[in-house]
Amino acid sequence: MPADMSADKPEVPLVAIDQRTLDEVALSRAEYLQILELLGRAPNDVELGLFGAMWSEHCGYKNSRPLLKRFPTSSPRILVKAGEENAGAVDIGDGLAVVMKIESHNHPSAIEPYQGAATGVGGIVRDIFTMGARPVALLDSLRFGPLSEPRNRYLFSGIVGGVGGYGNCLGIPTVGGEIYFDASYSGNPLVNAMCVGLMESGKLIPAKASGAGNPVLLVGAATGRDGIHGATFASVEMDEASEERRPAVQVGDPFTEKLLMEACLELRDTGWIVGMQDLGAAGLTSSTVESAHKGHAGIDLDVSKAPRRESGMTPYEMMLSESQERMLVIARRGHEDDVRALFARWGLRSDVVGVVVDEPVIRVREGDRIAAELETRLLTDEVPAYVRDGEEPPELAKLWQFDMSSLANSLPAPADALLKLLGSHDLCSREDVYRTYDTMVGANTVLGPGSDAAVLRVRDAADHETDKYIALTTDGNGRLTWLDPFNGGALAVAEAARNIVCSGATPLALTNCLNFGNPEKPTVYYQMSRAIDGMAAAARILETPVISGNVSLYNESFGTAIYPTPVIGMVGLLEGREPVPCAFQAAGDAVGVLGPWSVTPDTLGGSSYLAEVHDTRAGRPPQLDLEIERTVQQVTLAASAAGLIRSAHDCSDGGLGVALAECCMWSGLGLHIALQMPEDVTGSALAATALLFGEAPSRIVVSASPENWDALSALAEARGMMLTRLGSVGGDRLSFPPLLDVPIEEMFTTWRQGLRPFAETPEAEQAHVRTDRIE
Amino acid sequence: MKFGVVVFPGTWSDKDCLHVLGPVLGQEAVPIWHQDTDLQGCDCIVLPGGFSYGDYLRAGAIARFAPVMGAIKGFADRGGLVLGICNGFQILLEAGMLPGALLRNQSLEFRCVWTHLRVENTDTPFTRLCRPGQVLRIPISHGEGNYFGDDETLDRLEATNSVLVRYCDAQGNPTPDANPNGSRRNIAGVINEGRNVAAMMPHPERCAEAILGGEDGRLIFGSMIASLAERQPAASH
Repeated sequence: MPADMSADKPEVPLVAIDQRTLDEVALSRAEYLQILELLGRAPNDVELGLFGAMWSEHCGYKNSRPLLKRFPTSSPRILVKAGEENAGAVDIGDGLAVVMKIESHNHPSAIEPYQGAATGVGGIVRDIFTMGARPVALLDSLRFGPLSEPRNRYLFSGIVGGVGGYGNCLGIPTVGGEIYFDASYSGNPLVNAMCVGLMESGKLIPAKASGAGNPVLLVGAATGRDGIHGATFASVEMDEASEERRPAVQVGDPFTEKLLMEACLELRDTGWIVGMQDLGAAGLTSSTVESAHKGHAGIDLDVSKAPRRESGMTPYEMMLSESQERMLVIARRGHEDDVRALFARWGLRSDVVGVVVDEPVIRVREGDRIAAELETRLLTDEVPAYVRDGEEPPELAKLWQFDMSSLANSLPAPADALLKLLGSHDLCSREDVYRTYDTMVGANTVLGPGSDAAVLRVRDAADHETDKYIALTTDGNGRLTWLDPFNGGALAVAEAARNIVCSGATPLALTNCLNFGNPEKPTVYYQMSRAIDGMAAAARILETPVISGNVSLYNESFGTAIYPTPVIGMVGLLEGREPVPCAFQAAGDAVGVLGPWSVTPDTLGGSSYLAEVHDTRAGRPPQLDLEIERTVQQVTLAASAAGLIRSAHDCSDGGLGVALAECCMWSGLGLHIALQMPEDVTGSALAATALLFGEAPSRIVVSASPENWDALSALAEARGMMLTRLGSVGGDRLSFPPLLDVPIEEMFTTWRQGLRPFAETPEAEQAHVRTDRIE
Repeated sequence: MKFGVVVFPGTWSDKDCLHVLGPVLGQEAVPIWHQDTDLQGCDCIVLPGGFSYGDYLRAGAIARFAPVMGAIKGFADRGGLVLGICNGFQILLEAGMLPGALLRNQSLEFRCVWTHLRVENTDTPFTRLCRPGQVLRIPISHGEGNYFGDDETLDRLEATNSVLVRYCDAQGNPTPDANPNGSRRNIAGVINEGRNVAAMMPHPERCAEAILGGEDGRLIFGSMIASLAERQPAASH
């Protein structure tokens, strides 16, 4: 029953619509009734498809929008705020801006790991160069189920392969990221890709369509049937039927993306265009609707003019296809031939597929026939927003009551626990992964993967050296957020900032990816709401406003939600001096811990130690005091600015013991700790364990040349911050009498080979993986 | 000296090479488009790294048909200096300008790591600033860098002193452990018998500045600059 477009608007009819049709577009019956009311008629099939896509969580943020308003979003440095463009932008001085965003591609990667991850990278890279910024770095935050399960190994190698396969081909270095494992991610891995670009501040290309009569061009790959309903697919839980949605996963072609990137960056400087918008989720639908809406105009689009990969594609399919590597370019009238010639030089096809019109509508034609016509407002401003009631997960109270003293009889020797942690999948070396990524192309990588934060030098548009560096990191701990949503959200922001600070850079802004389960469940909504509150609180105090982000909900498989996993991507700026490394630098240097010194057993709550050594995920994670956190970071920054510290390393997963071991392993230099222990530590194995592996936040391991120690102490004392001297760098062991004495070599071997036991996958599995690769 | 850096669709080390040759080493350096046949009077041509034509079909297999390659062949035939890096190496092999082939890495994975290289011949325009047997530290970044030639080809390369650099350990021993991709006889770079066309998988342009972790790449480019300075203005075009 397609509506007759030319007829007068009828009374709202009571149209019977079957559940199947609604499920197809992931709209509820209530939403459908709302559409009838807004429209004053029944939408035809194409229009219903447009509503489904634009009202999906993925495009419309209908469950998260009210919560996102809680984030701080501005500072004097912010040039493009969250939601204004495809990504946020922050001023780094001298006319340069950093553009960044992180985005999820979880559901596609769960079904088709290689292509899901590859197109996740492709999508986020387009978001950056669409704005006219040159992408200079990628980071990837990944979560998997345990590698002991073959399916998880398949997902792991496919996703890592896809990340590398796409990014390497584009020539954008992958400089950082994280990988964690937990059973809650089995069947629903997380793939969050972050891209960072650099540009001259004044050259931003807006994602808008304006100026009636201006031609609208579709550029790049032809449109196929891949990815139809991708956006709606991302807005439902995974189940048995998910495998059938494999066609909703797109196939990437990084070569075309590379050409598109170079051509678009060249186009930026021509003055021939008014706007540019990439085709991501919901393809032509969201790109035309959003750019028209932003330009206070409309677009009249003829899908018959768009090149297609397959014959017989309907307007519905054309509008909802998520074929990759496509771009919508709104040219200035009269320059369409110039634009087309530029793309042709890069071997790319471009076609004028529409025109900007004054009326604020999206009109879809197929030749002379109008297939859909809707006011853009209905697909943007009118997207419903749901504020739900959250409910604290009932298990929390019990989990918090976990009694650490119950471990007292099963505590391994500290050295054994340390080695177990270093060799665990969550904490071991990621080199086997990142050596498959190009980490250096672009010749800017000063500190690459394996550091607390990656550091890139900054060159200006004329390829002149500047005195600037940018520091980048991603952080997020699902287990801690599950155990304490508010605190977990705050800790993610604090740890990201601490990582940036360790490199010597000042945190400027953050982007986030909010990975949660089904928000219609009150406990999941509670987790999301509280985690956002925690993130917002930390972002305020640490002065790192949110400039972009993405929400990924319905991360559940077979009814079980993932750990609530907000992932933070952060950028910092360092000017006028070189970055500070994480590892010890010279024998004889003094080593200390900046930050509160806590040995109480409750700091083991939610720790890696509990998870890896006791297979226990319980306790209340140590509470973050944001004022202390801020002071620790300020003191560290002041110390590195004054040239007082030679290395700084964040103390997080695995506590002080693991942080110290890392400083040793990464440098090949030992550490002898000569610390007068309080009696309650020497006398209690539990207290000693908490000292070594407790995860009290706001601590940084620093090293300094001995002659600078007094100045460093004075600096800390002046700010009322505790600085505890542990000992001196030297030798080839980490020794902490009477608790620990481990050769660096042994720690390194264990740590370096942590991912190896699963490197050898059965042949059949490997073959399965290999067929998914494009070579 | 004037350097030309060739840009194919999918090339990505062009900007890194232009940066090192230009601002870092103070030479004139220009991009050369794959469809051009005019080498703009360059004294030396660099074929940089990347995924020309997406590495589809086979790395370098399509690029060798680009119009610019005819001009580069002529330039090389007249004695002009040509350096291939990574994908540039693959292209020069496909174009038949150097012997051998590059297979997928033995690990079947992409590898981006720092490697040690032993300089096997310092009597070339690409290595003259190196000491005999000097160990360089230069990163690789490739999925298809496993150098292959039959025994006859390899014997001839060695007999004519045409192996430029070999993967080795920090002490200069070409051990299996130091071989990152399975290359036969640890070969990382070769040179033609005319000594004007050379190629290597490692990326000297990524290590020509101390801030990036090493400066050994300067020895390669510096050798080329020194050689060109001695020559007559390059083999006329």
